[in-house]
Amino acid sequence: MRDAFVETLTALAEHNAGIMLLTGDLGFGVLNRFAERFPRQYLNVGVAEQNLAGLATGLALEGRIIFTYSIANFPTLRCLEQVRNDVCYHDANVKIVSIGGGFSYGPLGISHHATEDLAILRALPNMTVVAPCDLWEVKEATRALAGTTGPALLRIDKSAAASIVHPGEKFQLGRARQLRDGADIALVAAGGIMEEVLSAADMLAQRGIQCRVLSMATIKPLDVESLVRAVDETGGIVTVEEHTVDGGLGGAVAEILLEMGCIPKCFHRIGLRAGFSSIVGTQKYLRKVYGMDPPAIVAVVEQKLLSRELWLSEYIAR
Amino acid sequence: MRQAPSESETETRKLARQIRLHALRMTSSGGSSHIGAALSCADLLAVLYGRILRVDPLRPKWPDRDRFILSKGHAGCAVYAVLAERGFFPVEKLLTHYQDGSDLSGHVSHKRIPGVEVSTGSLGHGLSIGAGMAYAGKLDGATNRVVVLLSDGECDEGSTWESALFASHHKLDNLVAILDYNKIQSLAPVAETLGLEPFADKWTSFGWALREVDGHDHEALLGALATIPFAAGQPSCLIAHTLKGKGVSFMENTVLWHYRIARGEEYEAALGELEGSK
Repeated sequence: MRDAFVETLTALAEHNAGIMLLTGDLGFGVLNRFAERFPRQYLNVGVAEQNLAGLATGLALEGRIIFTYSIANFPTLRCLEQVRNDVCYHDANVKIVSIGGGFSYGPLGISHHATEDLAILRALPNMTVVAPCDLWEVKEATRALAGTTGPALLRIDKSAAASIVHPGEKFQLGRARQLRDGADIALVAAGGIMEEVLSAADMLAQRGIQCRVLSMATIKPLDVESLVRAVDETGGIVTVEEHTVDGGLGGAVAEILLEMGCIPKCFHRIGLRAGFSSIVGTQKYLRKVYGMDPPAIVAVVEQKLLSRELWLSEYIAR
Repeated sequence: MRQAPSESETETRKLARQIRLHALRMTSSGGSSHIGAALSCADLLAVLYGRILRVDPLRPKWPDRDRFILSKGHAGCAVYAVLAERGFFPVEKLLTHYQDGSDLSGHVSHKRIPGVEVSTGSLGHGLSIGAGMAYAGKLDGATNRVVVLLSDGECDEGSTWESALFASHHKLDNLVAILDYNKIQSLAPVAETLGLEPFADKWTSFGWALREVDGHDHEALLGALATIPFAAGQPSCLIAHTLKGKGVSFMENTVLWHYRIARGEEYEAALGELEGSK
């Protein structure tokens, strides 16, 4: 995903001298070519994320399109107040790119696990929050963000789902993409964890359960229409995110559906429930440990559908 | 013996007096604190907006304007006052300060206020934004300057020093930091809270070209600010030695008047001193 982002930004920077990439001293071996090719559009500000966000604001207020680049929580939480007061309050054209969403840097420890960023950044006014699930979405989202003014978070993953792109399909910020259709339940996910979701959908299909799969790459603003349709047409929603269950994708979906009076017959948020993910391991391993791998997703869906069946049969009996 | 004030000095002194009077009325009628901080930087703002900054009230977004950022956002009333005096918006608007429904918040805000570049209030943000603007200016070959006014207290913030490192590394000689060094912070004197001395040495060791001046001496301020940049290829730092609460005898150099609001007899006494001043 990271390479897809840099490749796309390089192509954009070629034609738009206003685009600048600012890194907080990260991107070893990844940003070199960009730096050499566009010395006036590249800046390594050093290990100083507060200054990174402030500089980005100043440059953006002078008309530039700024992409700040760092990993995990550094470009978001480390300088959260600069992001809030400087970037967001001034509606500055700053795109925060965080490489290493969720457990991408699993073995490095909790300092490098980005597991609350979606919830926290989602709360900031003017902020668009995007977590692409595959390489196609990364490229399209990068292009879309470069062409849209205002603050955004682009949360990039180490993993990526296999791209499923329908012929002629166009990516739009704020619009979910239906990766597969199904009438029994809807799986709504954001980020590279979609690879686990698609595997789970395959496993469930073999057991006769057809899942609709939605990539909710834009977590804010949320595509309410596709969610309402999913509830109407499938009855249930399970959200999946490599992130705490508190306030992220699942929280956003629950908030909007409940407020609209659109109540699914079953609903569940799959995500981190253990607080800090202090176990050491790869992204794959941690997904398994924290109940976000395909067997865990399958188990949740089956249990939800089963309880729905029980509820329905009781309801009919009454 | 001190020389007679020049014409320009008389002009900026009048402006400083107006800033002080507005700031007193605004903080007292609205019931907001920070009068001490506003009085501390009134002379700096008067010299900047009276003689130094290239800004145009009729074209607040004129691309070639100098950028001014009040990083010590709590002195917002003084900036609103000088902008109104310079014609960016009607002086009458000042009386809405801190009131229900007003655009003029206690900490400086850019929303619906022509002439304010950046909203601040949380300390340690302004110099980074200013450095970003100055870097953009260098890329564009612009001739304007970016002036950031900081408090001494906000030099406790690590982010201030992050931007200080950046500015000298990138030779931003179009960037000026003015330190309103009144030596009193929120709860106690700077020296008792988190000492900054040797303050000048810190800025020079961070690669800034430095000058120190009496922050209430207009002639000296004019002399210093007219020579920006102090050195080619280096950002400029002007340490302005000031008195918190300057202009009102009982407010001067006190911790109390960081937060205290002048009411009743105190307000009348302060008003009398400022009105009687030259």
